[in-house]
Amino acid sequence: MISRLSDDRSRAAIAASIERRRVDTRGLLFKTVLQSCLVITLALLAVLLITVALDSTDQIGTRLWEFLQGTLRSRSEDDRLGIHQGMYGSLWIAIIVAVLAFPIGIGAAVYLEEYAPRNRFTSFIEVNIRNLAGVPSVVYGLLGLALLLNGQIFGLDRLTGGSSALSGGITLAILVLPIVVITSGEAFRAVPNELREAAYGVGATRWEMIRTQVLPYAAPGILTGTLLSMARAVGEAAPLILVGAISGRLGDNPGLFNIRALTDQFTALPIVITSWTVQSGRDAGFIAAAAAAIVVLLVFVLMMNSAAILLRNRFEKKRG
Amino acid sequence: MTDDSPRATDDAPRLIERPVAAAPRPSADGDGAGPDAGTSRDTVFSSRDVNVYYGTFRAVRDVTFDVHTHEIMALIGPSGCGKSTVLRCYNRMNDLIKEARVTGTITYRGTNLYNERVDPVEVRRRIGMVFQKPNPFPKSIYDNVAYGPRVAGQKRGLDDVVENSLRKAALWEEVSDRLSDSALGLSGGQQQRLCIARAIAVGPDVLLMDEPCSALDPIATARIEDLMQEIKQDYTIMIVTHNMQQAARVSDTTAFFTAEVHSENDSRTGILVEVDSTQKIFSNPSDERTENYVTGRFG
Repeated sequence: MISRLSDDRSRAAIAASIERRRVDTRGLLFKTVLQSCLVITLALLAVLLITVALDSTDQIGTRLWEFLQGTLRSRSEDDRLGIHQGMYGSLWIAIIVAVLAFPIGIGAAVYLEEYAPRNRFTSFIEVNIRNLAGVPSVVYGLLGLALLLNGQIFGLDRLTGGSSALSGGITLAILVLPIVVITSGEAFRAVPNELREAAYGVGATRWEMIRTQVLPYAAPGILTGTLLSMARAVGEAAPLILVGAISGRLGDNPGLFNIRALTDQFTALPIVITSWTVQSGRDAGFIAAAAAAIVVLLVFVLMMNSAAILLRNRFEKKRG
Repeated sequence: MTDDSPRATDDAPRLIERPVAAAPRPSADGDGAGPDAGTSRDTVFSSRDVNVYYGTFRAVRDVTFDVHTHEIMALIGPSGCGKSTVLRCYNRMNDLIKEARVTGTITYRGTNLYNERVDPVEVRRRIGMVFQKPNPFPKSIYDNVAYGPRVAGQKRGLDDVVENSLRKAALWEEVSDRLSDSALGLSGGQQQRLCIARAIAVGPDVLLMDEPCSALDPIATARIEDLMQEIKQDYTIMIVTHNMQQAARVSDTTAFFTAEVHSENDSRTGILVEVDSTQKIFSNPSDERTENYVTGRFG
């Protein structure tokens, strides 16, 4: 009887000590702050997208096809106003970036991660590649100007034709090169060491191990990184201004797949957007045109990002 | 093992014999290594005063022992005594760690493995390795086993190599109908047997096993141990194990390692205490430290 009583008492004491749940004000506050951070981010993005979409309806809603096929004009009411030169220029730039920056950047990353000795010198190089990725893009524009237009080094201006899509593409390829090296390097570092050991263990050489294990395993990561860096390149305006992208009248484009277009005068979507926005001061109709160009650029970039995600999922399934 | 007729006893040098892969590599290297085998036919490895350094830190000190053909040698000892480090000296796996350095001599069938003319890639084809964690490639079962022969340049007869290797690894019955499935879909024990098949497929002479069962359940462990007994007639096996019962069950000889603790910086250097027949190590060891370890009084 007595023991039952003390048992009940201790049960009551336990219940009293653990049934202390109350409202955690500070925790709730913290969670609310975090939520509002997210809401602010999304709201800003939504406002941006909605204003751009609304502004663009004059062009995209009424004459989409003409707008996509038209050219740079000095008046916004012009029937032939449009952005096909900007689209072609951006497409060429994307191709040049892919052709130049991807192999060189991935190659440099393979060397750094798989071959280079681990010492102070290599870590010095790695730190500086990261620094290069943070250099403002205008500086790369200056590099392109000196290297490809003014012919100060190697007389490369004769090859690029001065201000041309090729010059712009090369400049942007140099701009994204450090990003490609960093993202691919991270993809290589994520390859499990057990795979390397397994390949070596059955008599693979270093090259065979890299080709058959490291590259396939790292492919999705490399792909995502490189496509994102391409999206960055396509969105850059500042370096292109320095290498002389045209913002006013531009001769008729010789056609997308005419190789001559490479060394001709060029423009690109970000340049068109900048120029039209500037002109909207005297001709309000350019607001709609600039907004429409932004929509086109966003679609362009979104397509690249979705391609990156799709390809990555496919590779990862294969890795599976 | 059903595929072998009774073997000739060890009166002929057999170091090039590859029971599974008919001829994964050009036959020339076989003749080249022949003369060495005559001098020390029964000794596969002979290690003398082997030290392993990581930078300036000495991880293993003065290891000296021999390994003989068709014997299973177990390396046992407490954690941090350098067993795995020692094992990895025998197929030049320590080369992959940039700051690792090996001194002393290790000969394989009479050739110094650390002689500068030795190609570590060629060494690893003869001296295969099975790792602690099953590490199949993220490829099909077939491609996993065919990987070694393929990098060795073999293009024809891969189907036979794959089948024979999987049979030897006691995995054929379980996977023969799904060779093109991903190896990552296999259970842990199956994956480890696949790794053994993959190592066997290049026709090695020696198998190094670095705690091959530590990630497996007792049933899968028993299968691997049975498998080791079966393939012992074809290969010389060195196995690192934490599990003393396993060493006692599977091995013919046992090397007991322990760690010297350096009080000044709390670092550890592995030393070899004694090598003997497994029976003697577990029943009547010469060294007190071995006795304490195998009877569970230490480590």
